[in-house]
Amino acid sequence: MSGGGLWFGKGVLRNEDPKLLTGRALFVDDVRLDGMLHAAFVRSDLAHGEIVSVDTSDALQREGVLAVYTAEDLGAYWHEGPVLVPPPPIEGHTFNPATIVPLAKGRVRHVGEPIAVVVAENAYVAEDAAQDVWVEIEPLDVVSSTESALAEGSPVIHEHIGSNLAAHVVQRKGDYEAARSEAALVVSRRFVYDRGVSGSMENRGIVASWDPREEELTVWDTTQAPIPIRNGLARLLGLLESQVRVVAPFIGGGFGPKMMMFYPEEVLLPWISMQLGRPVKWIEDRQESFFATTMERDQVHEAEIAVASDGTILGVKDFFLHDTGAYDPYGLTVPINTQCTLLGPYRIDNYDSEFKAVFTNRTVVTPVRGAGRQQGVFVIERLLDIAARELGMDRVEIRRRNFLRPDEFPYDHEILFQDSAPLYYDSGDYAPALDKAVELIGYRDFIDREKARLLDEGRRVGLGIVTYVEGTGIGPYEGARVTVEPSGSVRVAMGVGSQGQGHFTAFAQVVAEQLGVDVSDVHVSTGDTRDFSWGTGTFASRGAVVAGSACHESALRVRKKVLELASEALEADEQDLELAGGMARVRGSDHGISLGELAVRANPLRGAVAPGTEPGLEATAYFGPQRGSTAFGVHAMIVEVDPETALIEIKRYVVVHDCGRIINPVIVEAQVHGGVAHGIGDAFYEQLHYDEDGQLMNASFMDYLLPTACEVPHMEVAHEETPSPLNPLGVKGVGEAGAIPVGALLAQAVEDALEGTGVEVLEMPLSPNRLFELIHGSGERSGGEG
Amino acid sequence: MKPAPFLYHAPETVAEVLALLSEHGDEAKVLAGGQSLIPTMNFRLAQPSVLIDINRVADLEGIEVTADGTLRIGATTRQRALERSAEVAARSPLLFEAVPFVAHAQIRNRGTVGGNLAHADPRSEFPAVMLALGADLRIRGTGGERTVGATDFFRGLFATALGPQELLVGVDVPPDAPGSGSAFVELSRRNGDYALAGVACRLTLREGRISDPRVGFLSAGDRPLLATEAMRVLEGQEPGEALFREAAEAARHDVRPIEDVHASVAYRTHLFGVITRRALERAAGRAGPA
Repeated sequence: MSGGGLWFGKGVLRNEDPKLLTGRALFVDDVRLDGMLHAAFVRSDLAHGEIVSVDTSDALQREGVLAVYTAEDLGAYWHEGPVLVPPPPIEGHTFNPATIVPLAKGRVRHVGEPIAVVVAENAYVAEDAAQDVWVEIEPLDVVSSTESALAEGSPVIHEHIGSNLAAHVVQRKGDYEAARSEAALVVSRRFVYDRGVSGSMENRGIVASWDPREEELTVWDTTQAPIPIRNGLARLLGLLESQVRVVAPFIGGGFGPKMMMFYPEEVLLPWISMQLGRPVKWIEDRQESFFATTMERDQVHEAEIAVASDGTILGVKDFFLHDTGAYDPYGLTVPINTQCTLLGPYRIDNYDSEFKAVFTNRTVVTPVRGAGRQQGVFVIERLLDIAARELGMDRVEIRRRNFLRPDEFPYDHEILFQDSAPLYYDSGDYAPALDKAVELIGYRDFIDREKARLLDEGRRVGLGIVTYVEGTGIGPYEGARVTVEPSGSVRVAMGVGSQGQGHFTAFAQVVAEQLGVDVSDVHVSTGDTRDFSWGTGTFASRGAVVAGSACHESALRVRKKVLELASEALEADEQDLELAGGMARVRGSDHGISLGELAVRANPLRGAVAPGTEPGLEATAYFGPQRGSTAFGVHAMIVEVDPETALIEIKRYVVVHDCGRIINPVIVEAQVHGGVAHGIGDAFYEQLHYDEDGQLMNASFMDYLLPTACEVPHMEVAHEETPSPLNPLGVKGVGEAGAIPVGALLAQAVEDALEGTGVEVLEMPLSPNRLFELIHGSGERSGGEG
Repeated sequence: MKPAPFLYHAPETVAEVLALLSEHGDEAKVLAGGQSLIPTMNFRLAQPSVLIDINRVADLEGIEVTADGTLRIGATTRQRALERSAEVAARSPLLFEAVPFVAHAQIRNRGTVGGNLAHADPRSEFPAVMLALGADLRIRGTGGERTVGATDFFRGLFATALGPQELLVGVDVPPDAPGSGSAFVELSRRNGDYALAGVACRLTLREGRISDPRVGFLSAGDRPLLATEAMRVLEGQEPGEALFREAAEAARHDVRPIEDVHASVAYRTHLFGVITRRALERAAGRAGPA
């Protein structure tokens, strides 16, 4: 890219933080409008059943209640929701769509599925009246686990599909069986990854306000994708897109479940506001969130790896079941990510991967930070660990030996990725990052000396080191409009809402770099469809790559306009001009003009302009990458296990990360820190416990354990920068990265600490209860849920 | 996450509280620090029709030392006040050691000693500590004040000797015997969580032998438990690794753990053995010659 790194790559403080840290930022629940009503949902207590009756008469009689709606009351507005992400065109695949509905009609398919909505003068009355709605449900047998879904005689959740098979996909390259026949060693294991929530600090929330005079609907929504929600609502409600404004203001965490979901609440609140002619608010509470917000990670893998005697991977075969919950609106994104991410940074010429996605009577599964990648990384990294152990090889060496070499990029994996494009790795240089991690964690010293020394003191301390590749920054496209105002301030309008990632700073840096203004003078507006109308959203670690590149392109166009005008005004060649300090200046002189003054000149109020002149210092540009860019990382950890109590303590944590060129290292490191914290939760603390009736046993933050500052260790983060050739900034995504390899890492480190005991960690999350079972016996579960 | 409707009273004297309890009985709940009651109401698991807020009853709060050295702790004394009390630190090292294990500092700032004891959560720290210390709970009703020993106070899961028209006004913690040593050991998933297993123990060394050992368990059953088998093993014996292992083994028979999402019965039982041994070692190390 052009520009000299004036702002690009600098760890500047975030523009948005003063607002966020002093409580002045607008969140959805801060929206309070005159006459605003409150909605509360009546939800199914049962995981599976036929609705016999819904009696709303008592609720309607409660003082302060305006309306109660059931599926029947919605009339023609009741629609099955869309398939949000159509499956990629993989040959021979099966996909059976069953999408979510605004309110259950006939059958309920998971605990928490909404049956009726109550609208009242305040949230207290709404919740009181929700208790007055009498719902009778005839219970049906429940599909309570991934593995029972396809069993003979299992209850069927969607009668029109006839079985609980949501999808069946096979992707193959090479000839695994032939490779296996030449292997020195084949390792086969069964791996289980269990389910957790995204645990956003802010739950979901919506305020919808129909203005009958303006004939305009405004919706404040905790969505990661305001533009698709705007477009969908306009279509559902029969309005022009220009009549619907969706605002995704500051949002306390997205992590995937706040994507363009068309959740029941998202579809109903705007309709209710139009019915009643008053604004209406719904704020999800934490308990509701455990049932009504999408979640992820259940998979069961039967996998094997075939290796040569020197550790070279000859092939991998994997079959897995993927739990998609009660509906599958998000298509195949999660299991395809698993399938693709399993390949990691390695050359795997023979790959035989098959999965079946299944319906269960549990909350719907959609991507959560990592989006299927954790599971793939867990399988390949664990297989490599076990293969190295059985070959008597060093675990770093087996990885290094199988890395793709820098001269092999772009590398075609010959299978399809979630975005329907072939899985190509754009660029990479893996060995230096691994070397750096080995050095930072003190691998050799630990393995050769420290571990034995600690063991002599009776302490079980182990080390883990794993790698992964993350496909990031997929299309289709994003856009940005950059405007220089007469004050000299710069506005950037774009469509990717922010859930805390630092958009107001990182995108400002990209623009400031080209226009030579201070980052704090660049004001980013993002997530308000009135300001910018085209785009998809914030997901798949794509903001910096796709929207960042669009910012860059539009800033370049504005720069060009600035230089043209300045050249005229200063009577100097464009080549002799520089942009710095908010001025266009003749290089090496004081002769210059401010950007604000140029903005005024670009918008003349009198006189004639040349035909074809565009007013203002403004430009809009779009960017769509040819395909995703692939980031890389190495994580290493030292962990101490108390073998008596099966409790663990993470002593050190090292991350070496390569997300291409870095816009702001402070933001990148913060993303890595947050991701690792998320990953530590996934690996050791967070687990949803369902009983055989599909009831969630730990639906609160008392019993669902998010790691806190006390459990998350200090992290040492180092960077490598291998630019992506697929975008003008050379950047790759980083939002999900930190969370992805932690399960595989913790498993290896704990096994290392318990070396000699025969403990193998083949499941995630690992709880102390489960580790106790693994240490004391055959690994049979002793009855505890954990 | 909004509570069901209720009537709210904020009396300023114990007499007024008792009058309200007489009037409403089972329909009423006493609100002290609210750290358990309010979440339970917000979840609508509890829907009391009357709430009696005792935070304005001034003479229920505070820590005093009586003439015989007893710590007299008022019911609405904040848990945080124990943590900051030199008297508690000096006179009841076991109680002082246990306080930081009660949830988080923010919760201890609001949560009260009396509220915690009256709530009688078997996973809570103070009930087990009061058992180990042989504390007396002071209860007032319209008929006057009565005292119930901790061993008789806790009757089951969230159940106590308190009648529906009675108020817990405080707890008396007797002074430690000279030469005693104590330890509080708790294992939990995260800092501040309810314990997977917890033990409060105190013992006295007389001429090199253990006298009056007290071992209280939390998260060991439907109520705080005294480890009577382990105490029997310890009484009159010389402290040592073998004895503590024997006591730890006995402790496994003293517990009746309940399985939950965090731990099976087998895991919890095992943990009680481990922490009993660790706590006894620590307590014996702290005990001095009488």
